[in-house]
Amino acid sequence: MSEQQHIKLPEGSIEKQTNTLNLGPTHPATHGVFQNVLELDGERIVSATPTVGYIHRAFEKIAERRPYYQVTPLTDRLNYCSAPINNIGWHLTVEKLLGIQTPKRVDYLRVIIMELARITDHLICNSVIGVDSGAFTGFLYVMQYRELVYEIYEEICGSRLTTNIGRVGGFERNFTPAAFQKIEKFLAEYPDVLKEFENLFTRNRIFMERTQGVGKITGERAMNYGFTGPNLRAAGVDYDVRVANPYSSYQDFEFSIPVGTTGDTYDRFLVRNAEMWQSLGIIRQAMDKLKTLPEDVFHADVPAYYLPDKDDVYTKMEALIYHFKIVMGESEILPGELYHPVEGANGELGFYLISDGGRSPYRLHFRRPCFVYYQAYPELVKGAMLSDAIICLSSLNLIAGELDA
Amino acid sequence: MSLTNEHIKNRLAEKFGDVLTNFEEAFGMMSFHAPKELNLKVMQFLYDEEDLQFRFLSDLTAVHYPNQKGAELAVVYHLHNFVDNVRLRFKVFTDITTPQVYTATSLFSSANWMERETYDFFGVDFVGHPNLVRILNVDEMDYFPMRKEFPLEDQTRVDKDDEMFGRGGNVGI
Repeated sequence: MSEQQHIKLPEGSIEKQTNTLNLGPTHPATHGVFQNVLELDGERIVSATPTVGYIHRAFEKIAERRPYYQVTPLTDRLNYCSAPINNIGWHLTVEKLLGIQTPKRVDYLRVIIMELARITDHLICNSVIGVDSGAFTGFLYVMQYRELVYEIYEEICGSRLTTNIGRVGGFERNFTPAAFQKIEKFLAEYPDVLKEFENLFTRNRIFMERTQGVGKITGERAMNYGFTGPNLRAAGVDYDVRVANPYSSYQDFEFSIPVGTTGDTYDRFLVRNAEMWQSLGIIRQAMDKLKTLPEDVFHADVPAYYLPDKDDVYTKMEALIYHFKIVMGESEILPGELYHPVEGANGELGFYLISDGGRSPYRLHFRRPCFVYYQAYPELVKGAMLSDAIICLSSLNLIAGELDA
Repeated sequence: MSLTNEHIKNRLAEKFGDVLTNFEEAFGMMSFHAPKELNLKVMQFLYDEEDLQFRFLSDLTAVHYPNQKGAELAVVYHLHNFVDNVRLRFKVFTDITTPQVYTATSLFSSANWMERETYDFFGVDFVGHPNLVRILNVDEMDYFPMRKEFPLEDQTRVDKDDEMFGRGGNVGI
């Protein structure tokens, strides 16, 4: 829609005046606490000025005072729609620093959790595009299945939204048979729902009219703006950290990277849907691979960093010493500097960690995908209608917690 | 075609001579230090050359090293080549009294907010930035909170009056 020309009017005439509209910080359609000051000419957007930082909580500063294992709950609160990816990304960063090799079974269990998290994140984002364009039904269908995933989290770690899942070296406890049953249940039931969801939207004339050509960006501009994840892939660039820099044994899995062509809202929607199918495939593969592996392995053998069994703490000297050292943050941490990216649900989530050998990070920087790409928003909506600005915003999958760190 | 760190290093040495120092390869990623006047030149060179093509700015941030007199602040760039899938990191150091570093916004649009964030938390003054104002903190703030002279509260301190925090004490007697 951006190709429409504005009518040139003489300076100072009343029609020339534009209106300012505050979209946010608490507008329901922003789905998070951030503000957009829109300059409107009638219903057409002349310029947008995003303001962020309303829920800044200084995680990077807090992390400089905390032992490594206490940073995990901070990462929960970045992208809280897919908290397990953040948690596991942080564990992987620390493991890389310490040179910990995790067993294959741990890697596969982590892959299952991360892909479930990706599905929940994508289903929220995609169904919310529907809500913002007036189609509430799809949202109700899929939200029920997010609940199933949250029950899986609950079975594994006890919490649902901010999961704090896993530990450095593996998981805090083994997956129960009930957890596997719940995963199987989800794998059996979700495809039909996703199919129905796609039937509602993908070829829906109204939805297509509303989303096609809205918030368009070329692949080149998207790269220049630091887009990653589904938003970059919708613009036709096939960059995925899971393939480019495989972590947690992603190289063992067969999956494809869905890409779009135009980089508009509709393509972002399609890419996310296609990724959910890929994620389901990955989980299925991981479940099959698990059958060939010993069932009692759920953490790496690193007593200096992984909390021992509570029974051992009360009865064995070694275990007590390690327990004390880990809890007090006295385990030996090597100095080092590294950048570890993982494929978060909305893009490349990077952890830039500097350790000086102390008990807490010397410096920890989160490369938050949506903070980097949200700055393209004024360019995406310039010349569009006000209603397009809303669905463009929801299609970018912005999570306020991640934006403001 | 695969691009090796050795090749990048040689190409950089060819172009810039020995002003680029501290070449290291830790955890598979090459890193080096550059003089702060050259940050844009280095990035432009890495961006333009046919065999390098570092055209994606993954991350831009700063680190405060209070003990390095005259080079207290380091601005850290992470670049990524999508064609050969190679990442690299380089740092430029600046003193804290005149922390002026050229902006990378002309090369990468993504640098805009990342530099604003870096300014917000470390006070690095990016010369030529189109809109260098605070982004996450309040506009009225007059200090740069991620610098090391602002330590967080010691979690083991005992001099706090618990009564002020709703804990302990003989409340209501």
